[in-house]
Amino acid sequence: MERSDCAIEVSGLTKRYGALTALDGVSFRVGRGELFGLIGPDGAGKTTLFRLIATLLTPDAGTASVDGFDIGRDARRIRARVGYMPGRFSLYPDLSVGENLDFFASLFGVRIADHSDLIAPIYRQIEPFRRRRAGKLSGGMKQKLALCCALIHRPSVLLLDEPTTGVDAVSRSEFWDMLSELRTKGISMLVSTPYMDEAQRCGRIALCDKGRVLAVDTPAGTAARFDGALYALSGPDMYGLLLAARAAHGVRECYPFGAVHHLIPGRGFSAERFVAELAGKGFRNAELRPAEAGIEDVFIRLMRHE
Amino acid sequence: MIMRGFMSFVRKETLHILRDPRTMLIVLLMPVIQVLLFGFAMSTEVTDVRVAVVAPHRTEGVRQAVRRIAANPCFTLRGYVDGTQIDAVLRSGEADAVAVFAADYDRRMNALELGEAAGEAVQLVFDASNTNTASAGAGYLQSVLTADVRSGPLPETRLLYNPQMKSSYNFVPGIMGMIFMLICAMMTSVSIVREKETGTMEVLLVSPVRPLRIVAAKMVPYFLLSCFNLATIPLLARCVLEVPLSGNLAGIACLSLLYLLLALAFGLLISTFADKQATALLISGMLLLMPVVMLSGLAFPIENMPRILRVVSCAVPTRWYIEAVRKLMIEGLPFAAVMKEVAILAAMTAVLTAAAIRKFNDKLE
Repeated sequence: MERSDCAIEVSGLTKRYGALTALDGVSFRVGRGELFGLIGPDGAGKTTLFRLIATLLTPDAGTASVDGFDIGRDARRIRARVGYMPGRFSLYPDLSVGENLDFFASLFGVRIADHSDLIAPIYRQIEPFRRRRAGKLSGGMKQKLALCCALIHRPSVLLLDEPTTGVDAVSRSEFWDMLSELRTKGISMLVSTPYMDEAQRCGRIALCDKGRVLAVDTPAGTAARFDGALYALSGPDMYGLLLAARAAHGVRECYPFGAVHHLIPGRGFSAERFVAELAGKGFRNAELRPAEAGIEDVFIRLMRHE
Repeated sequence: MIMRGFMSFVRKETLHILRDPRTMLIVLLMPVIQVLLFGFAMSTEVTDVRVAVVAPHRTEGVRQAVRRIAANPCFTLRGYVDGTQIDAVLRSGEADAVAVFAADYDRRMNALELGEAAGEAVQLVFDASNTNTASAGAGYLQSVLTADVRSGPLPETRLLYNPQMKSSYNFVPGIMGMIFMLICAMMTSVSIVREKETGTMEVLLVSPVRPLRIVAAKMVPYFLLSCFNLATIPLLARCVLEVPLSGNLAGIACLSLLYLLLALAFGLLISTFADKQATALLISGMLLLMPVVMLSGLAFPIENMPRILRVVSCAVPTRWYIEAVRKLMIEGLPFAAVMKEVAILAAMTAVLTAAAIRKFNDKLE
């Protein structure tokens, strides 16, 4: 990827808070017009990364640039061209939807109508509540309003820190639809999420844990990194089953995965013998079938074996 | 474009204030309540001192003096009592003070007027269980009794500008000093820190608007509110508490505007230290209100403080403000008389502003 094609370039970025290293030599590139996901649990350093890129923090080592502008030297230029939506709801709850929008528009020296092609599809959904105080909106509506405010000056790069946390499933899906729509308008996006299912909606993802990036790939490519067999295990008494499976012969790993347990076989594993062994321990109706590995399986493997 | 951004900031800040009833109460109602509270309820002034009289001979001179006491609105005459009953009337609470006239009162007064030596003509006995009332009342009663003595060994004390020692005269400048500190420093710092706490500051900082302009815009509504109070407090004092506004009002206004700027700079400085509203409140409470109330001369006279506290009080800006306002408002001195205080306040403002701007940064750390 050519440098000029980079919306965001992060290289060896490190940030420490006292003894705690929040970010440890993180590097990746986000292409222009790309929807790039940061996937990882709380404490992975996602918010710190956003704040560094948004020029709100100074790194202890490494560099980062947005549209070719360095976060240290050209902070002011970067601030003019990014739209930033922090993890917490960061609008004024005591101002109405319309007042919030007006305020952010004037903050960036634009009028709401200036970029209506960008905002209108989103704004239309919250327009019926224009006079309502932002604090009284539902979680999904709040995020839509926040997105409108972040887009109001037509940023070239959008930074969205866990935009769907605390939002219901339907609104989450709608929100990702909007991001896909924005992508067609050429806006580059860096989005973080703790939800693995949302990773599928990104062009490429970076798996992060404890301040490090474990892998960067497309969602499909990430899932394909899982080599070897994988089984899904289910039955009554799921917790007992998990403990029994972990103790069983030839099982390398077993962990809860949604409604089932995922089981990674080790050397000398035999499905028939495993089921028989479980039956011997009283789990007669346990069901074991081959499963397809997802991003989460890769993630768990990387986290455990890094 | 820049002005539009600035004005929309001011409008937003005004909406915050208007929509928060507690803020409205603090900035608009509290000053009124404090003026009335300090003026009426917490007064240490002489009102309604009950005076009994002991006079072996009710000569014309004695009668005249007693009539003067009776005619004064601050004193209530409880009648004549016998010399042996002094202790009894004070203990029973029938009277707060007893004026004991000498048997040869007229002769002694005449002698005094001629400048000749003669013992005391009147002795004042006070119930000093309330020291404030006693000392203030004694002084005032003495001045009433000796009103027509032009000379003599009686130490002549004249209380200028505030002869009845009305405490509201003292309190009004004090309240102004406190209220402006409260509104400008505390409210501003809390409102800045609130944006840090709720995360909106993050969004504001990642915008093309310069951070100091953000902060300046936050100060404007509080500054205007303080100006409103600057107009109403003296007016209230004049109309309700009958404090004389003898001084030059323009001077008081100029002085107060300087003090407002100082308080705003203080608030900005606090906001750079605190990242939680509670912290900002605590700092402004400990750092501002306590010294302002204790050391500024608002509640306790600075002259009575131990040396060390007197030195500390010099660092409390409110002290200088109150002193200057007293000079202008109560004594009616020209503005030139408070140049020292103005210089000190201006220097403090400059230092605080410089420190706040130095400490303020546009990052989150």
